[in-house]
Amino acid sequence: MSDTAQLYDQGEYNFAYLDEQTKRMIRRAILKGIAIPGYQVPFASREMPMPYGWGTGGVQVTASILGKDDCLKMIDQGSDDTTNAVSLRGFFEKTAGIRTTFETSEATVIQTRHRIPEKTLTEDQVLVFQVPIPEPLRFLEPRETETRKMHALEDYGLMHVKLYEDIAKNGHIATTYAYPVKVNDRYVMDPSPTPKFDNPKIDEMAALQLYGAGREKRIYAIPPYTKVKSLDFEDYPFEVQKFDKPCALCGAENVYLDEVILDDRGGRMFVCSDSNYCEERRAAGHRGPMAADPAAAQIGATDLQETAR
Amino acid sequence: MSVFTSDDPLLQVHNVTRYYGDRIGCADVSFDLWPGEVLAIVGESGSGKTTLLNCLSTRLAPTTGAIEYRMRDGTMRNLYQLTEAERRLLMRTDWGFVHQNAADGLRMTVSAGANVGERLMAVGERHYGNIRSTADDWLGRVEIDSDRIDDDPRSFSGGMRQRLQIARNLVTHPRLVFMDEPTGGLDVSVQARLLDLLRRLVSDLGLSVVIVTHDLAVARLLSHRIMVMRHGNVIEAGLTDQVLDDPREPYTQLLVSSILQV
Repeated sequence: MSDTAQLYDQGEYNFAYLDEQTKRMIRRAILKGIAIPGYQVPFASREMPMPYGWGTGGVQVTASILGKDDCLKMIDQGSDDTTNAVSLRGFFEKTAGIRTTFETSEATVIQTRHRIPEKTLTEDQVLVFQVPIPEPLRFLEPRETETRKMHALEDYGLMHVKLYEDIAKNGHIATTYAYPVKVNDRYVMDPSPTPKFDNPKIDEMAALQLYGAGREKRIYAIPPYTKVKSLDFEDYPFEVQKFDKPCALCGAENVYLDEVILDDRGGRMFVCSDSNYCEERRAAGHRGPMAADPAAAQIGATDLQETAR
Repeated sequence: MSVFTSDDPLLQVHNVTRYYGDRIGCADVSFDLWPGEVLAIVGESGSGKTTLLNCLSTRLAPTTGAIEYRMRDGTMRNLYQLTEAERRLLMRTDWGFVHQNAADGLRMTVSAGANVGERLMAVGERHYGNIRSTADDWLGRVEIDSDRIDDDPRSFSGGMRQRLQIARNLVTHPRLVFMDEPTGGLDVSVQARLLDLLRRLVSDLGLSVVIVTHDLAVARLLSHRIMVMRHGNVIEAGLTDQVLDDPREPYTQLLVSSILQV
């Protein structure tokens, strides 16, 4: 009896859930994707024990590249501790028994939903994106046969029609996420719904980027140090979002901020979307304008304890 | 300017035949088209006019026969031996296609300016200001007010849509334009205005045009030469005035005599 069969008999999963033949098939798609940066490689996406939209593409890619020594970080909209991240991290802890972490620099594989960590990634890391709609031309041209032909012939005029419309209607390019990029001067690619704030990080990134779309059955990749250019016009160059205030908790500037509504009277705060980055900065003593005073936090904790009693 | 003289034909059509199963779409059509020439293809519904036009414009491969086109570098190329990329480039730079129903030739969900600018962006124009001013200029040439540049074609009248479609096609200065019943579905006064505009543009730009119409008045106004089709065959061809004033074939005589006189 083979090892795998024994595992199944004992009611255990194969390492990282997928069977070895499936991983092999996905690895082939990944290799092809790396060989043709930005090209969408079709693959036989499997049913996963979670609904489409939860990152089944990213999960399959991660499952195929994980080794026993890997350390996994799971991000959901920049955060490590929201539902999607917690569930998927738990999934891999259970099925692969590997180490997981919140810390960006410690992870070897980072699966992310719609953010790239603020901390610069290294050559030793792989960034796996969950992609809902891999085709950047989809909302302009609904026919798959036609979009494939457009990619093959590098017929990308339509993409600029969309940007033209943005400027004509709003005075500036109003696309703020899933902002189309051209990879290695060849393929136009959708960098998944990450805010365009993260687009400059994709360019010449040291880490390998893998994109998996489970429902749409496509995998694409950007190898390390690949040129990635955000599409724009000469007189309306690509720009990222700017925030006029620093993070309310850690005081960080030039990072992507989330808006948090505080009450129903217009109170709100802006905090780092990358929760791990924010925590590390606060641990290092950085304070934003709305951060709790350490002493006050102490008092608050005592109050709570008393209430509990 | 083109490197060849106007003595050389722009388009050469040799024995083009298209079958739909056992039935004939168009049979054994041959003609040459010279630069600056307007050729009308007339005939009743089902006579094979549109089939022929689609064959010529590479939208429908003929069953037999060859179509050659003189590229901008002066070489004669068989259209169906071009690569797909070459064919697409040809269709969005050197050619235009004006559909009967403007909605088929326009992007109805993007603004008039983007409709006109699309071809420019497709051939690599990346300066928003230039694209917009070119679009504005072309809207002016087809008599659409500047303040409609950001409106969707959905909000345009039939005549305006048709003029917008023409602007969208002419923006890259094509040398050959195919038109399929460009005045169909428009009321008479709008038709007259559109014909006026077309005639002016064609002569100003020195366009070659293949125009399909069932309306002999349109053919008379616009075209230099005319081909009369019936049951998929060309039954009579010649100078427009000659054919319409002195039709030789009984069927052509019937067509000419069926025009309502007011």
